[in-house]
Amino acid sequence: MQGNYRENLGEAFVKMGEEFKDLVVVTADVSKSTKSIKFKEKYPERFFSVGIAEANAVGIAAGLATFGIPVIFTAYAVFAAEKPFEQIRNMIAYPNMNVKIVATHGGVNVGQDGATHQAIEDIAIMRAIPNMTVVSVADPGEVTSALRAILSIKGPAYLRLARNNSEIIHENEDQIDFRIGKAEVLRNGSDVTIMAIGMMVYEAIIAADKLAKENIHTRVVNIRTIKPIDRDTIDEAAKETGAIVVAEDHNCFGGLTGAIAEVLVSNTPVPMESVSLNDTFGRSGEAFQILKKYKLTADEIYKKAKIAISRKQNS
Amino acid sequence: MITQNRKVLLEEKARIIRKNVIEMTWRAQSGHPGGSLSLAEIMSVLYFEKINFDPQNPDWPERDRVIVSKGHAAPVWYATLAEVGVFDHQELWKLRQIDALLEGHPCIHIPGIEATTGSLGLGLSAGCGMALAAKMKKMNKVRIYVILGDGELGEGQVWEAAMAASHFKLNNITAILDLNGYQNDGATQDILNLGSYFDKWKSFGWNTINIDGHNIDQLVSAFDLGSECKDKPTMIIANTIKGCGASYLIDKPELHYSPPSDEQRNMALKELGF
Repeated sequence: MQGNYRENLGEAFVKMGEEFKDLVVVTADVSKSTKSIKFKEKYPERFFSVGIAEANAVGIAAGLATFGIPVIFTAYAVFAAEKPFEQIRNMIAYPNMNVKIVATHGGVNVGQDGATHQAIEDIAIMRAIPNMTVVSVADPGEVTSALRAILSIKGPAYLRLARNNSEIIHENEDQIDFRIGKAEVLRNGSDVTIMAIGMMVYEAIIAADKLAKENIHTRVVNIRTIKPIDRDTIDEAAKETGAIVVAEDHNCFGGLTGAIAEVLVSNTPVPMESVSLNDTFGRSGEAFQILKKYKLTADEIYKKAKIAISRKQNS
Repeated sequence: MITQNRKVLLEEKARIIRKNVIEMTWRAQSGHPGGSLSLAEIMSVLYFEKINFDPQNPDWPERDRVIVSKGHAAPVWYATLAEVGVFDHQELWKLRQIDALLEGHPCIHIPGIEATTGSLGLGLSAGCGMALAAKMKKMNKVRIYVILGDGELGEGQVWEAAMAASHFKLNNITAILDLNGYQNDGATQDILNLGSYFDKWKSFGWNTINIDGHNIDQLVSAFDLGSECKDKPTMIIANTIKGCGASYLIDKPELHYSPPSDEQRNMALKELGF
């Protein structure tokens, strides 16, 4: 069954508007595509579109937050995280403002709009800023609980969503226990672990099924919080499975691949492989075509898992 | 209008603030004295005459907010906050020192500092957010004051904020342009000539007022006009002199980021009557 990240995001904005009475949403002329228009319809007095002016949007969000108001700034990841990077750093992160950046269109899965609209560096950039929490959802089912989780902590956070439809992994939203800093183990296994974020979590499950047919028992972890990362779950997986594959729709530098590697080398160094963009920009095309072209697929995860396992056996 | 006695007091506060700017940058041997000195009367009138502010309770929600967006003028902001009593003057002498209260550029962790600035172009956006918040919370008495530098107007974000303030009819904002004519690399007109500041702000929909930024009476009147404006944000273009009060700094853009030597410090204090 498929769902749509942004449809769920629109509903999540409205729900959070009820749960957080002061919540304000700021956007920059993308209320339709971020679905924050639904929040605007329900709470017009708590919604500001500031025009196509992301730097100012971040500044306005920071100013609102100084009055004790929780604020969401939402836009495409390229425009939410990358265009106003310095404003996020100096106006939100350094002063530790209670502003949440909710970014749609993360990764090359964006599709036809092409590379200008495909954020492939956003996780690396946001993760590098002190005080910033960085979260990604695996499927549309997690959107509401992820949004609630970041709103429940004080201080800045970055939530990354994909643009397109995606397979539903979490069918019963009420049962989701989304906690900042805690990964979700979707499958247990002892031969190899796949650690994924975003749309790659579903691909990881498909890869695990394929590996199972060869009697390879694969652990699948939905990392959820890239920062602060769940060191215990990573360490356990390294010790118990001895081989890791990381999967992300992001460039190979500084994102989840870097985050996992940092933990592994400091605790339990084991062979690790990455399924991510090989330091390249994306391009236009249907999402499934792009993901295939850049090898962000279950097949690629499967191959990398076999490589990681063989490296473990050779070491 | 203010009484002669008030005027004398505000001038005296400006003189003390100037002295402390020189003294603290001399002790730190670091910082931006010139762009701080051009603001002395503006800060004096704001903090000692105009704004609704309790130095004993600088986080009081109903206070007016001042943002010095040209954050390299941190010394004048700190000197003013010390003079009004938010923190002790002793803190000024530890400016820019490790583990001391006062950072090189203003940050919100410091009592009385309303926004983290220093990276130019940020303050007016923060001011717009505060002005929107005050309106949302029906804090109708709260005013937001944002001090911009003329060099800072090269930042596109300032104009994004200028458009937003006008669009949202943020009549609870008064911005002050510290038009001292110089920036890091030289004369502002030579580096990026914006033409008429007055025409620009007026065309962006602002209630625009042109004054002498060292004249207490004109400052008080301009701030009053800003408070009375019902449908627009106000921009006070304050014509100032960079380094005002310390002659060695005047028309010396090369001293933009240059702390006083012993001799310059002694000369400036003498000129200021100390």
